[in-house]
Amino acid sequence: MASSNDEIRILTPSGMLGYGFPLDHFRLGLAQKPHAITIDSGSTDSGPQKLGLGEMTCARDAYMKDLEVLLEAQREARIPLLISSAGGDGSNLHVDAFRNMIAEISRKKGWRFRLAKIYADIDKGLIARELKAGRVEPLGPVPPLAPGDIEAATVIVAQMGAEPFLKALDEGADGPGGVDVIVAGRAYDPAPTSAMAIRAGFDPALAWHMGKIMECGALCAEPVGRNIMGYLRRDHFEVEPLNPAERCTTMSVAAHTLYEKTHPFLLAGPGGTLDLSNCKYEQVTDRRVRVSGSRFDPGKRYTIKLEGARVAGWRSIFIAGARDPIFIGQVDAILDRVIAGTRAYFSELPEESYRIIPHIYGKNGVMGDLEPVKVPAHELCIILEVEAPTQALATAICGKARTSLLHAPYPGRIATAGNIASPFTPLEVPLGQACEFNVYHLMTVDSPTALFPVRYEEIS
Amino acid sequence: MKTVPTPLRDIAKVVRSKNAGPFEITLDIIFKSKEDFEAVKQSGVITKELISELYNVPTQAIITFGFFDLVNAVKITLPRARVQGGVGETDMHAAQQHVPLQEIRVPWPVA
Repeated sequence: MASSNDEIRILTPSGMLGYGFPLDHFRLGLAQKPHAITIDSGSTDSGPQKLGLGEMTCARDAYMKDLEVLLEAQREARIPLLISSAGGDGSNLHVDAFRNMIAEISRKKGWRFRLAKIYADIDKGLIARELKAGRVEPLGPVPPLAPGDIEAATVIVAQMGAEPFLKALDEGADGPGGVDVIVAGRAYDPAPTSAMAIRAGFDPALAWHMGKIMECGALCAEPVGRNIMGYLRRDHFEVEPLNPAERCTTMSVAAHTLYEKTHPFLLAGPGGTLDLSNCKYEQVTDRRVRVSGSRFDPGKRYTIKLEGARVAGWRSIFIAGARDPIFIGQVDAILDRVIAGTRAYFSELPEESYRIIPHIYGKNGVMGDLEPVKVPAHELCIILEVEAPTQALATAICGKARTSLLHAPYPGRIATAGNIASPFTPLEVPLGQACEFNVYHLMTVDSPTALFPVRYEEIS
Repeated sequence: MKTVPTPLRDIAKVVRSKNAGPFEITLDIIFKSKEDFEAVKQSGVITKELISELYNVPTQAIITFGFFDLVNAVKITLPRARVQGGVGETDMHAAQQHVPLQEIRVPWPVA
């Protein structure tokens, strides 16, 4: 369905596919005849293990539940459904996983969809060549990329801009406008919403800004919620949460761009920087806000953000309580001796091949060295984290440290039967592989679409 | 007017911390009103030097520091002490690193 010349309406049911959203409010949105449904699925926020190990952010059942609702709405309303950053990391693996979930739902329901898949894994050889050519740079406080980092990363994805979505919408399975559903790999979160608006001929600056607000669902509302509707017009846009109990205020919408962002007014993305420093926010109704004055600077070069993580090793932990004030008063010194003793015991292992890191809750477990309170609590939870080349070794080191801590002598000790209280078995807990982000860099590209191949498919 | 040193947690509407990507942490202090925002700004208590001390980051490494009038907010972005989610992580989302900020005391009129 084409948008009218003066308004495009976008419905975003949630800031994250798989978290669920209230269906009654979603229906209120559909009743307003939106021109597209957009929903993001991506984030680096829950950690590097998704990229490092191919894990998805949510359980498969959670995705299936949300997808079924969205696919049904797409069928009824005959509007495009755009999903970005499949599975959390937006790797090819998860684009295909989403495709398979959509196929499974379609088979069960007897539905048909014209699907476009947009892939975002970037060839490591290409990145290595571009690095050599000086076209890869750190993004923020990140070490420069080394060829070894490229090799070590399990997979490297890049955030696509709006262009690959525009391409998929325009080419389609049956020509222009022929796509029902787009499942995209890693994408800049606002890209699906802004692509719809840019395609309808609206101001890219407003399109990006509206996308930026809507990618989090109704997180810009008070109280924060899920379903949100965006109305983009020639010289402004408006946003309104679909839950009647929530409202957008000029302050909640303006302040939303602070959230998880480096700078409040300058938001860099693929293809340019959104500048919100001269925006005007107006209260249209008590629940709806109008925004104008957004600007977009395309910049001199088109850059895309690369993301990758490596497997660092295997991790095991133990969890122990401490209650004795004589012990608590010396906990750092006792742990230092225990760790030194453990390292001496494993002297055959290269010292830098494994790591032992204590987390002491009740003392500084959350803030570490930055903890301003220097007096520990009356009881502590000690978690000892060990990372080593194998799970067996991590657990063995962890076990040695735990038994040493249990029986370690210390000045003034009168509780001679044991120093720590262990709540669980196994006493040493294997945590599996530990991952670390090791690629977070900008790469200059000649084409905004060439690295993001689109594949079309009939699902029935 | 008589004032007493009052912690930001009793003045601000929001004091929060969060990742801004895996390599940065961003801190927001959002005030209830333009008046509160201006009063805290005028107090001169919140400075780059104070942030440097509280978060053990050299002033020149501070990525963003500013009082932003349009949103009645102070925003501060710092390099993360370690890469998010790696070995030794204590706060995956960096969601609990705001506490030193909310304990900052500014001279405040007694109600």
